Amino acid sequence: MFNVFDFYEKMEDGKIMLSFKGVITPDLLSSILQIMESKLDNLGEEPRQRKKVYNVLVECLQNLYHHGEVLTSTPALADKASLFLIGRNDNGLYRIITGNYILNKSIPELKSKIEQINAMNREQLKAYYLQTLNNEFYSEKGGGGLGIIDIARKSGQKFDYSFSKVDEEFSFFSLVITVNNV
Amino acid sequence: MDNLFIPQENKTPLVQCNYALGQIQFNGRSIPENSIEFYEPVFKWIDNYVLQPQKETQVNIHLEYFNTSTSKCLLDIFKKLYQMHQAGTSKVLITWIYEEDDEDMLEAGEDYQALIMLPFAMKKVST
Repeated sequence: MFNVFDFYEKMEDGKIMLSFKGVITPDLLSSILQIMESKLDNLGEEPRQRKKVYNVLVECLQNLYHHGEVLTSTPALADKASLFLIGRNDNGLYRIITGNYILNKSIPELKSKIEQINAMNREQLKAYYLQTLNNEFYSEKGGGGLGIIDIARKSGQKFDYSFSKVDEEFSFFSLVITVNNV
Repeated sequence: MDNLFIPQENKTPLVQCNYALGQIQFNGRSIPENSIEFYEPVFKWIDNYVLQPQKETQVNIHLEYFNTSTSKCLLDIFKKLYQMHQAGTSKVLITWIYEEDDEDMLEAGEDYQALIMLPFAMKKVST
């Protein structure tokens, strides 16, 4: 947890607009989105940028929320919180950071998915998105793994990520998303 | 056949399915955590509609934001309508409405256009 925060503070011009640590619920998710929406409005962001950032936020938070639901089925992780931070530097570049516990055995699959996405250009991401949208069956929660591809398409930047080993069973996964200023 | 009306809420759009007009409309934002649950009544309405549709079916999608779980549901809706269109029982036109500065929303519409062999009209509106 501290690693991520240190990292954040070290970010050049990093300015936190909102940070949260806790269990993500639908109500809480609505509140965060509402706060962020009014902050984006107050900043006088271009509508396109506002929508882009908002879209990425929705997907990040819903990923955390759905992941939290998966964790509740693992008793040791049931009350483990997620971490969420968003910052905007003076150039209008947004950084969104999420952190959550993950089972060590889930790491290889997630890591290879992120690496795969990071290696793609804009056109490849679009093709991958369409393929996933069209071919994949609904996951139980309706997400179907599209979220992370959509985030990559909207952000226009590579993901930064890390896994900090907690013990033999769990690690802490942090994901850093940069949203370009359009 | 009954019409379907779902009022707009914080995370979900206004939904209007009008049988006599052969019209399906979504307005607002669609970012529910569980989109399948939200769109279930729409799926059901369309499943009934396709049994005895109007000669023409107009679908107006005017969404400000939608999340990826909604995008799956939209595709599902378009697929149901495509079968009816393909069978020739009703001519479908999807009007994809986006705000003039919203290139991402235009691109999202074009994504569907690439996936589904239904006639799409891209309609730009000023904000």
